Amino acid sequence: MNTVLAAEAGSTTARNLTITLFLIFVAITLAITVWASRQTKTATDFYAGGRSFSGFQNGMAIGGDYMSAASFLGIAGIIALYGYDGFLYSIGFLVAWLVALLLVAELLRNSGRYTMADVLAFRMRQRPVRTAAAVSTITVSIFYLLAQMVGAGALVALLLGIKPGTTFLGMDAGTAKVATIIMVGALMIIYVTVGGMKGTTYVQIVKAFLLMTGAIVMTLLVLAKYKFNLSSLLGDAASASGKGSAFLEPGLRYGVEAPGDALKTFYSKMDLLSLGIALVLGTAGLPHILIRFYTVPTAKAARKSVLWAIGIIGTFYLLTLALGFGAAALVGGQAITAQDKAGNTAAPQLAEALGRDFFGGSLGGATLLAIIAAVAFATILAVVAGLTLASSSSLAHDFYANVIKRGDASERQEVTVARVSALVIGAIAIALSIYAQSLNVAFLVALAFAVAASGNLPAILYSLFWKRFNTSGAVWAIYGGLLAAVVLVFFSPVVSGAPTAMFPKHDWHWFPLSNPGLISIPFGFLCGWIGTVLSKEHDEDKYAELEVRALTGAGAH
Amino acid sequence: MSTDTPASAPAESAAERYLAVQRSDEFAGLRRALRGFVFPMTVAFFLWYALYVILSAYARGFMGAKLIGNINVALVFGLLQFVSTFVIAWLYSRFADRRIDPVADRIRAEIGEVTHEHGPRG
Repeated sequence: MNTVLAAEAGSTTARNLTITLFLIFVAITLAITVWASRQTKTATDFYAGGRSFSGFQNGMAIGGDYMSAASFLGIAGIIALYGYDGFLYSIGFLVAWLVALLLVAELLRNSGRYTMADVLAFRMRQRPVRTAAAVSTITVSIFYLLAQMVGAGALVALLLGIKPGTTFLGMDAGTAKVATIIMVGALMIIYVTVGGMKGTTYVQIVKAFLLMTGAIVMTLLVLAKYKFNLSSLLGDAASASGKGSAFLEPGLRYGVEAPGDALKTFYSKMDLLSLGIALVLGTAGLPHILIRFYTVPTAKAARKSVLWAIGIIGTFYLLTLALGFGAAALVGGQAITAQDKAGNTAAPQLAEALGRDFFGGSLGGATLLAIIAAVAFATILAVVAGLTLASSSSLAHDFYANVIKRGDASERQEVTVARVSALVIGAIAIALSIYAQSLNVAFLVALAFAVAASGNLPAILYSLFWKRFNTSGAVWAIYGGLLAAVVLVFFSPVVSGAPTAMFPKHDWHWFPLSNPGLISIPFGFLCGWIGTVLSKEHDEDKYAELEVRALTGAGAH
Repeated sequence: MSTDTPASAPAESAAERYLAVQRSDEFAGLRRALRGFVFPMTVAFFLWYALYVILSAYARGFMGAKLIGNINVALVFGLLQFVSTFVIAWLYSRFADRRIDPVADRIRAEIGEVTHEHGPRG
């Protein structure tokens, strides 16, 4: 009886503390947003933060934009439930930055202005290429937004301690999740419409700082518990999982071997390769990451920001090992799946366990849980703001200004349209998120990576490096890669025909892999090549201009 | 000389200028230097990463072999991917600072006046 009461008191404290901390974060970020809105006068301010950020600031903001709920909640969850396989995400998400650093960041910064399509359409006919790029930017961003909102929904039930059958402010767990998704959506719309890129960037910098601090503190506590002996942490995690040393090896989640079923084993291994290739090639095709390179004044600053980002992001992903295995050892798989089937709440649950151990009983647990939960909400808010900004910029600058108005829109009109677009895209994301709540967020993000790598990366690389590339090639590459990825996902076990699918009671799947990258990425490259050779168009002068500007920074905005 | 170009046809002069720069030996050298570094490096890290993913899928015995205590090959291999990423990023930054930036700055300065013709809307 007493322990129940203590737990009740703990959860009420946690609830109040989380809400307080979260409101403080919201108040600070809204203040920043209002301040940023006063500094936002021109279109360059709104889309690119006035190009006034330093390499370090932008590196932090990239970290804040990139380390999403998938990185913090999703990876920790997969490692906690399936062991080593979750680490594959950390590695793929990090190595991917080399594609951005070596092949894309500086050339894009030099030759583009506000959106990804500025580079894709540079030497092409504007309207078809910009339309395709806007479609693809919005598709990728919506996939990614879904993942973040699902993470927010999963968190809230844990944070507010709403168990089945109980209510909070008259809401049961399901209603509270929907309410959270709507609130997160409303906040991101405010950040973007009011603060533009400047406001969004500062929100991301604050978030990166909070997330790194939170992850470092938790890692130190986990390691302190094991006297800084990684091997004994791993041993404890393995025995707590009940799977022994297999927990520390690849193969429990991806590339699972099905004895006696060679075809199933083969598909499973292909799915692992597919995920691997999507992770490493996706980053450099993510529109919300690409537009961050426009917020610094020069290509050299863009390079510096990627170097900072690699340092920050790499450090964070190393910490996911301690968070994931720590959750496996100290919380346990059963307790995690009881809270969230996909494991998305492993990191906050670990915080609660650590707080209980180190800071005195359930009150300490409640406090650390509240802090880490508020950090997780901050994480989600910063990422969704970046995604909303990327899609609304593309809708306004690419589709409205250059397709509908054929380049004749005033800056003022463009920015107004961007603000309205943020509202519309936010509303769509809120509506869709309510249907995707049973999926692991790292997994959903992996799908966004596959779509970005298939639809955007081929067109970007061809644009920057292939002289012969033309309008037809760009349009084929974008629609081909995008359609292949989306269609394969739709007919995969992610959407139907599996217990964990979005529609578990229906089955229309025929594509055996849950990540489409292995097929759709090469298909995107192939489409780009076919489209190019089918058309005779070639603008020699514009290619010379693009190449010279991209490599030297002459004429850069 | 560029100052002789009639003001009524700035676009042509800009296009010709870019074409001339693109065909110059200096620019060809810059392109060769950049591609000579980034293309092989991309192939190298991609193959190294692919090796890691393929071994994770098909060489479970090797990846599961224990080295010290509970630390196995898979973990060390994964951590080496972090090391290689950091090293390649550092090598590229050093290369770009020394070999790319000075040449790019020089060429940009030579075509400096062209940029003004783009105006604020470019």
